[in-house]
Amino acid sequence: MLHSPIDRVASATPPAIAARVRGLSDRAIAWLFVAPSIVLLLAINIFPLIWTIRLSFTNFRVNRPNAPIEFVGLRNYINILTDNDIWQSMQATAHFLIWTIVLQVLIGFSLAYLINKKFRGNDLWTTIIVLPMMLSPAVVGNFWTFLYQPQIGLFNYVVGFLTGNDPSSFSMIASTSLAPWAIVIVDTWMWTPFVMLICLAGLRSIPNSIYEAAECDRASKWRQFWTITIPMVLPFLMLAVLFRGIENFKMFDLVVQLTGGGPGSITELTSINLKRAAFEQWRTGYASAYAVILFVTVFGLASIYVKALNKVKQR
Amino acid sequence: MSYSVTEPSRRQKWVAGILVVFYAVVTLLPLLWIIGTGFKSPEDAIAYPPKMVFQPTVEGYVNLFTTRTRVPEDQLKALGEPTTWYDKLVRKEGVVITGASRFAERFYNSVIIGFGSTVLCITLGTAAAYAFSRFKVPLKDDLLFFILSTRMMPPIAVAIPIFLMFRSLGLSDTHAGMILLYTAVNLSLSVWLLKGFLDEIPIEYEEAALIDGYTRFQAFYKVVLPQAVTGIASTAIFCLIFAWNEYAFAVLLTSGNAQTAPPFIPTIIGVSGQDWPAVAAGATIFLVPVMVFTILLRKHLLRGITFGAVRK
Repeated sequence: MLHSPIDRVASATPPAIAARVRGLSDRAIAWLFVAPSIVLLLAINIFPLIWTIRLSFTNFRVNRPNAPIEFVGLRNYINILTDNDIWQSMQATAHFLIWTIVLQVLIGFSLAYLINKKFRGNDLWTTIIVLPMMLSPAVVGNFWTFLYQPQIGLFNYVVGFLTGNDPSSFSMIASTSLAPWAIVIVDTWMWTPFVMLICLAGLRSIPNSIYEAAECDRASKWRQFWTITIPMVLPFLMLAVLFRGIENFKMFDLVVQLTGGGPGSITELTSINLKRAAFEQWRTGYASAYAVILFVTVFGLASIYVKALNKVKQR
Repeated sequence: MSYSVTEPSRRQKWVAGILVVFYAVVTLLPLLWIIGTGFKSPEDAIAYPPKMVFQPTVEGYVNLFTTRTRVPEDQLKALGEPTTWYDKLVRKEGVVITGASRFAERFYNSVIIGFGSTVLCITLGTAAAYAFSRFKVPLKDDLLFFILSTRMMPPIAVAIPIFLMFRSLGLSDTHAGMILLYTAVNLSLSVWLLKGFLDEIPIEYEEAALIDGYTRFQAFYKVVLPQAVTGIASTAIFCLIFAWNEYAFAVLLTSGNAQTAPPFIPTIIGVSGQDWPAVAAGATIFLVPVMVFTILLRKHLLRGITFGAVRK
């Protein structure tokens, strides 16, 4: 008989089993679908990383391919960790990181809090606020050098107008005391919207019923803000800080175009310093060791931070 | 309407609205300045005080697309009347057009590499996301975390070996090489975002298709894909924007053939330093697509930016 009981059972079995009968198994399909991505990531991310680690123990130079490659042990690492210029870059990076994160969290959270008040037309204004982060940092950085020009630049003109100073009396980029702030301002302009969007996601995830319950308990608005809003948004805020932290630690394009590390080396962040060693001085082995140190630092700090984040989430 | 304790009062809405609009206007100012400068003459661009009202001109755009040379007065006269409007425009400045600039070429590279990597990224990403969303993949969580972690790598840290690798494979300074590279950079975003979208499509649809006699593949592209179109489209735009704006790899790994526009725009030099109207014109042409996408995409923006963050 064609329609045997076995066939009838087969047609009623769950799809997972049915699929295995017909053509490729689910397991094979899963592998077939995942494999290309994993292979590409291994080839373009993991393999180069391992190569970097290997190079970091040698004196290899890309521009001298025929010179013998010597194994130098930890010498590159020791040279880097005892180099004053590198410690100065680390300091500049830390300064940049701390100030951008503080400003972006304060402004970003405030904006999200205000937008969450659902005034009319907030959709349009939110879209406008978000625009800068969609732009190319290098192009933006380059154009801001124009805005920062003494006298003719819009920034100097507006600041001069508001403070009553002569716009040509200060240069954001050429002055050692102002140049770090020039970067902080542009980065804040570009990336505050990112923090804002994540905070907004956090604020929207808080159910109204919690506030209603608090209202029944006669908790003041201020109290509600500190015991409901802040703790509920905190995990989101911390994630925004993590993303911004990682991004700003590897910040390159914006700063290269804006100050190029100058004046002197006051804004020479670690990534610019690294680029100089790798692609201007062509000290490949040395630069590789530097890259490994930066990499370990990011992962170390990020994993400590993620642990703290998980604790906050569990609370 | 019923009374609600969570609905902000009218006054709160007003105050919030005014503060946000103020911030938005301040944010918008540099952008408007870029677009405006593109339509200024070189003299107006560097006028003091900065000019808010000016006679618009497309000189910046002409300068962006051409290379010019200054010629003496008598030689200029000997050339006769300018034949085209753009010739006329540059003759006023005492220069003649000698050829095309490399901007169009660089812009073309941006389009090829941007769209190429986006297509590849979406293809690989959709397949992987589908597998992660529907099947029991061994070590699923570890693999997903591995994919995400690749985004933490500073570009310069891997640039040296990629530089060496591409050179020995003949991929350096080629479109194919840059497409592969940007695909790898964006793949984590693509997989995570698409997995989120696919998770939301009920598995019952496919089960129904399978019972109707479709194979897994058929169920995937006839049932699941059409449902995921909006998700795929917004993911694609995010990938495109990232590839479009990338600078570090473009400047380190390409020199002439496959260099995109972001490293080129800052190098536009005029007679005395940077030719700001031309730079602004280049920036504007480069910004416009992204701005249009952002406006079209605003509903998905929150999801795209907070991928992974909003999860749980």
